[in-house]
Amino acid sequence: MPGPIQSLTRAAAVLRLLAGGERRLGLSEVAASLGLAKGTAHGILRTLQQEGFVEQDTVSGKYQLGAELLRLGNSYLDVHELRARALVWADDLARASGESVYIGVLHHKGVLIVHHVFRPDDSRQVLEVGAMHPLHSTALGKVLSAFDPVAHNEAMDVERTAFTHRTVVEADAFEKVLEDTRSRGWASDMEETWEGLASVAAPIHDRRRMPVGAVGLTGAVERVCEEGEVRSRLVASVRDAARSISRDLGSSPF
Amino acid sequence: MTDVNTTDANTTDAHSSGPFIAAIDQGTTSSRCIVFDRDGRIVSVDQQEHAQIFPKPGWVEHDASEIWTRVQSVVDGAISKANITADDIKAIGITNQRETTVLWDKATGEPVHNAIVWQDTRTDALCREFGRNVGQDRFRRETGLPLASYFAGPKIRWLLDNVEGLRERAERGEILFGTMDSWVIWNLTGGPDGGVHVTDVTNASRTLLMNLHTLDWDDKILASLDIPKQLLPQIRSSAEVYGTAACTLAAGVPVASALGDQQAALFGQTCFSEGEAKSTYGTGTFILLNTGGQIVNSYSGLITTVGYRIGDQAPVYALEGSIAVTGSLVQWMRDQMGLIKSAAEIETLASSVEDNGGAYFVPAFSGLFAPYWRSDARGVIAGLTRYVTKGHLARAVLEATAWQTREVVDAMQKDSGVELAAVKVDGGMTSNNLLMQTVADFVDAPVVRPMVAETTCLGAAYAAGLAVGFWPDTEALRANWRRAAEWTPDMDAAARDREYKNWLKAVERTMGWLDEEN
Ligand SMILES: Nc1ncnc2c1ncn2[C@@H]1O[C@H](COP(=O)(O)OP(=O)(O)OP(=O)(O)O)[C@@H](O)[C@H]1O
Ligand SMILES: [Mg+2]
Repeated sequence: MPGPIQSLTRAAAVLRLLAGGERRLGLSEVAASLGLAKGTAHGILRTLQQEGFVEQDTVSGKYQLGAELLRLGNSYLDVHELRARALVWADDLARASGESVYIGVLHHKGVLIVHHVFRPDDSRQVLEVGAMHPLHSTALGKVLSAFDPVAHNEAMDVERTAFTHRTVVEADAFEKVLEDTRSRGWASDMEETWEGLASVAAPIHDRRRMPVGAVGLTGAVERVCEEGEVRSRLVASVRDAARSISRDLGSSPF
Repeated sequence: MTDVNTTDANTTDAHSSGPFIAAIDQGTTSSRCIVFDRDGRIVSVDQQEHAQIFPKPGWVEHDASEIWTRVQSVVDGAISKANITADDIKAIGITNQRETTVLWDKATGEPVHNAIVWQDTRTDALCREFGRNVGQDRFRRETGLPLASYFAGPKIRWLLDNVEGLRERAERGEILFGTMDSWVIWNLTGGPDGGVHVTDVTNASRTLLMNLHTLDWDDKILASLDIPKQLLPQIRSSAEVYGTAACTLAAGVPVASALGDQQAALFGQTCFSEGEAKSTYGTGTFILLNTGGQIVNSYSGLITTVGYRIGDQAPVYALEGSIAVTGSLVQWMRDQMGLIKSAAEIETLASSVEDNGGAYFVPAFSGLFAPYWRSDARGVIAGLTRYVTKGHLARAVLEATAWQTREVVDAMQKDSGVELAAVKVDGGMTSNNLLMQTVADFVDAPVVRPMVAETTCLGAAYAAGLAVGFWPDTEALRANWRRAAEWTPDMDAAARDREYKNWLKAVERTMGWLDEEN
């Protein structure tokens, strides 16, 4: 029987170290605490970071436990819980905007639709809960990719199909889109996935400020956009809904 | 510099310029207060749970004082979250868990005992006694109800018999009775300092003491149950100004509606025409069918009740199928079994398997309500084999809700001749996608959820708004109804029939568990 794999043992030690009292540690502190060479510690931290188990603070450069670890542990938010808590606000967003509303989470390198509210015009519509949408071209997917490091890695890794001539597929251009998304706090999809349809989405955070999903609306480009831009009223409504849901997630479970 | 993002997200929306209507929903598990705008949209919500007290098997109590504290706190919470004042609120409406019974001291406002909750079965024997040689339908013609521990009248009698000295105090006129609507309104309008002691026709229709035809207390039944009339509140319509709030941030606002929660949901779903129905999935599940001005007698295990009465307009009646245990079974899986951490996780657990694995769960925790009305029944999990996992049980839990819906829908079609084209749903369990699909599959009809899932509060708000002229008429309210989701049946008919048969076999096994003398 082969012995334990040394690098895995070391990676486990790094995670345990970071888990102690929600600490943020710099590279040299990690290396010193575990008696590792700096280069070795760095290699382990970088691999863990790529897997989403560790995150690096952009300002201080210090490391902390990442989103993927919480996703694995049972402390991660259940998607059905997310739907239950979002219900009131998603309904209200549909009424306020007159468009259909979706809530999506990261799942198998795509966006899993966990909640859908019909456009409030009494037309025939089909419930899309359970459908998968692409990460790189939809507003929901861009929000997840911008705010969740695991989604980010997956979106960079997948083959980014050009669904329309507007789809951004090239890596640098896509990174730029995500940067813009992070800085303004919302993303749009202007006929980048489906001809004739535009959407706008914003991130939902839980009480640890973890990005747990995205909420957005989708509608005919003529209604959603004005002079090539998403109507600011709709952006405001989507962001209000995202904030309200996030606030409700901050309270204890019922 | 002021940052708009730091103000409450709900108030930055354009729709939130007043005036508003507030509604209090005093429910079985929690109390909430919601502020609505003129379009029936939610401006703010506050909610708090209260303790469930289980002193013995089959007994369920609430501390009415705790409930009143929670109600005050959620009223303050919702008003402050909305960033408004009492001046912005045109009226406040009340809706409540029905039948739950409290008796209190008129002078001090102190309850004389914990409130006895609708699910409580302690009056089983008393009800059999009241049935005498006639049986559980002794008062059905007058009240529309079978003699069952579910209703308030027998609970009053139990308190009179079991709380030391209470009967004497009641006869001296020192004690007041109320369902939760009366308790909340009396306290809200001043309590010992001039609080008004009223109830509405819908709540009164759940006591077994009100005559459906006269809409007044029935002296003959009061005599049979030996309940002194001076305990009872005045019966009023569901939408009129009863008084003015004297406390909380709502002080000064007219208190203008009261409806039992299920009737409020019927109102909130705008089922204003004969033949319209709704199904509310909460602690229990209650399906109500509007029967217009007609008092329809049930021969299939439903009950006849008052739907609502707006001011001095004619009353609207309803047929009701009451299911005692649906959401509370999910809570039981969470709190007593510890199989899930939140109610919503039941869907995650149930989705981990393809089917029920042969298991059927009949949650007759309080006996069986509609369409059986068997107080001798107790819960059963049938079909267990070594194969069954907690995932299968979670499925069986959700399927129990769907099959019970099917049983009531069948009974409703028999009694009324109305074929339901679609099931209009609301309540906390409608956020469960798997459950809603299962209901569509088992009932074999589309299931439709409206855009405001909080139809109970909305109904109370609508009634209060109508009473003060905030909304002109019911037609204006109908225009607010919007479809939010629809689930279409997708199940093979033979499979459905086979499963239904299994369910009915499991139901049979619950009956007769309790012996007569218990
Ligand atoms: N996603 C879900 N899946 C299954 N059951 C759920 C889900 N979310 C909530 N529930 C159940 O729904 C019930 C709460 O719904 P709701 O608030 O409508 O109940 P209610 O009967 O109105 O409560 P109350 O009597 O306090 O007003 C609880 O019993 C809970 O277990
Ligand atoms: Mg309720």
